[in-house]
Amino acid sequence: MATGHFIEGIAGGRLSSEQYAENFSDLHPPLDHHEALVESDRCYFCYDAPCMNACPTSIDIPLFIRQIATGNPLGSAKTIFDQNILGGMCARVCPTETLCEEVCVREVAEGKPVQIGRLQRYATDVAMSEGKQFYKRTEATGKSIAVVGAGPAGLAAAHRLARHGHEVTILEARPKAGGLNEYGIAAYKSVDDFAQAEVDYVTAIGGIDIQNGKALGRDFQLADLMRNYDAVFLGMGLGGVNALRAESEDADGVANAVEFIAELRQASDLSSLPVGRRVVVIGGGMTAVDAAVQSKLLGAEEVTICYRRGQEHMNASGFEQDLAAANGVTIRHWLQPKRVIAENGKVSAIELEYTAMSGDKLAGTGERLTLVADQVFKAIGQSFVPAHLNGSSEAIELEGGRIKVDAEGRTSLAKVWAGGDCIFGGDDLTVSAVAQGRDAAESIHRALTSNGRA
Amino acid sequence: MADIRNNFIGIKSPNPFWLASAPPTDKAYNVERAFKAGWGGVVWKTLGEEGPPVVNVNGPRYGAIWGADRRLLGLNNIELITDRDLQTNLREMKQVKMNWPDRALIASIMVPCVEESWKAILPLVEETGADGIELNFGCPHGMSERGMGSAVGQVPEYIEMVVRWCKQYTRMPVITKLTPNITDIRKPARAAHAGGTDAVSLINTINSITGVDLDSFAPQPTIDGKGSHGGYCGPAVKPIAMNMVAEIARDPETHGLPISGIGGVTTWRDAAEFMALGAGNVQVCTAAMTYGFKIVQEMIAGLENWMDEKGHASLSDIIGRATPNVTDWQYLNLNYVAKAHIDQDACIKCGRCHIACEDTSHQAITSMVNGTRHFEVIEAECVGCNLCVNVCPVEGCITMEPLAAGAMDERTGKPVSPIYANWTTHPNNPMAKVAAE
Repeated sequence: MATGHFIEGIAGGRLSSEQYAENFSDLHPPLDHHEALVESDRCYFCYDAPCMNACPTSIDIPLFIRQIATGNPLGSAKTIFDQNILGGMCARVCPTETLCEEVCVREVAEGKPVQIGRLQRYATDVAMSEGKQFYKRTEATGKSIAVVGAGPAGLAAAHRLARHGHEVTILEARPKAGGLNEYGIAAYKSVDDFAQAEVDYVTAIGGIDIQNGKALGRDFQLADLMRNYDAVFLGMGLGGVNALRAESEDADGVANAVEFIAELRQASDLSSLPVGRRVVVIGGGMTAVDAAVQSKLLGAEEVTICYRRGQEHMNASGFEQDLAAANGVTIRHWLQPKRVIAENGKVSAIELEYTAMSGDKLAGTGERLTLVADQVFKAIGQSFVPAHLNGSSEAIELEGGRIKVDAEGRTSLAKVWAGGDCIFGGDDLTVSAVAQGRDAAESIHRALTSNGRA
Repeated sequence: MADIRNNFIGIKSPNPFWLASAPPTDKAYNVERAFKAGWGGVVWKTLGEEGPPVVNVNGPRYGAIWGADRRLLGLNNIELITDRDLQTNLREMKQVKMNWPDRALIASIMVPCVEESWKAILPLVEETGADGIELNFGCPHGMSERGMGSAVGQVPEYIEMVVRWCKQYTRMPVITKLTPNITDIRKPARAAHAGGTDAVSLINTINSITGVDLDSFAPQPTIDGKGSHGGYCGPAVKPIAMNMVAEIARDPETHGLPISGIGGVTTWRDAAEFMALGAGNVQVCTAAMTYGFKIVQEMIAGLENWMDEKGHASLSDIIGRATPNVTDWQYLNLNYVAKAHIDQDACIKCGRCHIACEDTSHQAITSMVNGTRHFEVIEAECVGCNLCVNVCPVEGCITMEPLAAGAMDERTGKPVSPIYANWTTHPNNPMAKVAAE
C-alpha cells in the first residue's frame, strides 16, 4: 500500500510525527539575548528614521532598538506597545521586507537590514513572558462600546478604548478571538498558541468582554448595537472568498485556502489533516503562499502555485516567494484557471489558460495547460459581505465594495466607526488593521468625551 | 621586503613587537610559546625582592568594557607583580634566554625604594643573561600602597634616584617604565633622563573602575563585595598613550630619548602609529591576552606589507616621522579652511550627520531638500569641525575638503588667505606677538 507522498488523493498521515513537528516549528526562531544585543548594535539610530515612517503603526523603531541595546527590553516593549499593542504578532507576521526593513539604511547600504521584526519579537516576548502590563485604565467613563470582530483591528480598538476608561464588548463570530491571527496565518509563523496568548495579554487590561459565537446579521443586528451602545466599531474583516470562475469548481477537492489554513491552525493533530498528493493553489498573495507551503509541509508531493500575472505583480512578498521556493513549491506565472476536471465528482486535474497582457488588459492566449491535481485551493482574494450590515438600519456607505471611512475611521453612520480589512483603502496587513483600530478608538474617545475630557 | 629587525638601545630583536611585562610573561611556559609564535621580545613579569613572594587576590583580577559583540575594548587588572619565587623566575629566564638567543629578554623589576634593595637584585638579574631591565614605576594598584610602582613613578625625584642606582650597579641597559597617572608625562620622563636611563617605556596602566554592579552596588572587578581601582589598558587607552609618547618625543629636554611604546597596541597599524610618533618599538599585552600569541603574525606581516607598499626599507624610516607634526594648538594655521563634503552616492541617508550638527553643533547640514530626504553641507554655516565625519557610519562618505587659497569661504565671506597665521599673532589674542617680519 502506498504511503507518505505516494498516497493518491487527499489523505493525512503522510509524514512521521517528528517530521510534522519539525516542519511546523518556528519559522524564525527567536533571537537569544546576545544575538539581540549584537543585532541591536547594528541600528544607526537614524534621524527621522525611514523605518519608523514605513511602519503603519509608526513604532519608534530606533528608540526601541536602542532600549534593547542598553539592556532595557521592558522599556523597549513599552515603546512598541505604545503604538501597537499587537506588536508581538506583528513582529511575527509583518512583511517587514516590504515595510520597515525595506527602507532600513543598512538595506540601502549593504543589502542587509537590521532585523527589526526579530528585535521587536525579542522585546515583546520579554514583556509578555513576564506578564508585564504597561497600561492602567483611566477612571471609568460610563460609556460602552461594541466592537464587532476580535481580530487585530477590533483588539487594538478595544485595548485603546479600555485604556481610556470605556467598557468594551467584543462580539466575535468564531469560537476563538484573534481573527486572522488565530485562523488566517501559517502555523509556523505563530507557534505555541501565540495568538491566544496575545489576546489574553491585550485583554488583561480589563474592561474588555469578548463574546464568542456572536455573528453580525445572524445573532445581532447593527441597529441593536447602535441602540444599546454609545459607539460601534466594525472590524469583522472579510467574510467572502472570491470564486475561480472556472467550470466545475464545486468538485470535491476544491477548497478555499483560508479555510484550509484555519483548519490547519486549529488542528490538534497535524497527521490527521488530509492533503492532496498533487496540490494546485490558484492565487498570488500571502494566502496562496501560506496554503502552498503548508501543503508541502503536510507531505504533499507536488505543490504548484498558479498566478495569472507575472512575478512582479504578486502580492506575496519576495521573502514569501523565496520561502515557497525553498520549501519545494513551484510558482508558475501567467496562467488562469479555466476548468476543474473531475472524475467521479473528485478533482483529478485542472485546466489552465496561458495569459498575456494585451495592451493594458490581461487576456487569455487560448493556449491551455493541464496540471494533474487531487486538490485545488482557491486563494484569489477575499471579499467583504455587506449583506450582514444591511436591513436593520439606514445603509452604511460603501466604496469599492467595502465600508467607506474617513481618516479617523468614521463611517457614514454617526455612531459607527470601522477598520481593518472590511474598510476600503486598506492593504490587507495585520499592522495596518492595528493602526486603524487604534486610531478609530482615539476618534471614538474624542467623540464621546468632548475632546478627550470625560 | 622591508627589514623590520629592531635595535632598541642596543637590544636586538627580529621584529619590534615585544610582550609587555604582565601575566603573559610570568613563566617560561608562556614565554616559550610566545617566542614560538614569533614575538620579537619579552619583558618578563615584574620581579620583586627575594623572600616570600607577594600574594594575589583569589577572586577576579580583571574587569573589562566591551563593544556590543563582546569585543573587548578595555581591560583593567588588580594583579600584582609575580607571585612566584624570585629564584624560580631567574632560573627560567636564564634557560629561556639560552634557548632563544635571537630574542630580546628584559627583566622588569620592582623592589622597595632603597638603594640596598636595588643593589641586591641587579647582579642576580644580570646573571641570567637578560638583555636589559625595565624599572616598573607604573603599577597603580596594590604595590603603590607599599611605596612601589606608581608611588615612585609619581615622584620625579625618586625616579631619578632609582635610575641612578641602577645605572651605577648594572651594565645592563635600563628602561624606565612610566605611569600615566600624573598630570604631565614630561616631568617623570625628564627625571628618568636626568638619572641616565637608556630609554623610557609607556604607558603603564591607568587608574580605573570598569563598572559597578547595580544590584550589589559594588565596583568591578568585585572581590567579596568590594572593589579597588585597577590598571586600565587595551584599545581604549591607545589615544592617551600615543599623546604621552609624542609629548616626550617632542620635548626638547627628552628629544631623542628612546621610547618603547605601550598602550592598546592591537594591530600592525597601532604599532606603526606609535612608532611614527617616536616609539622605537612597541610592547603588547591586552591584545595577546584577548586573542593569544598568534596575533603577532598579523602584526609582522601587516607592518612589512605597509612598509613595502610605502617604500620604507627599515624601521628607522618610520620611527619619529610624525613627531615634527605634533605641535601646540597655538601654532596651528588659523588660515586653513576646510569644509565637510558629503558624497551623495555613498550616503545611505541615516541622517546622523544632520542631527549631530543640528542639535549639537552649527546647523550646517540639511535634512530635506525640495521635500526629499537629503543631507548636504551648508557651506555658509560649516566651521569644518569634523563631527559629521566622525558620526557618519559610512567610511569615506563625508570628507573634509580644504579650500584652496583664494577660494571664497562662504561662512566668513572672505577669500582664504594663502599665508600661514596662528594664534600667537592673531589680533584677538591679547598676548599676541607682532608677527616676525
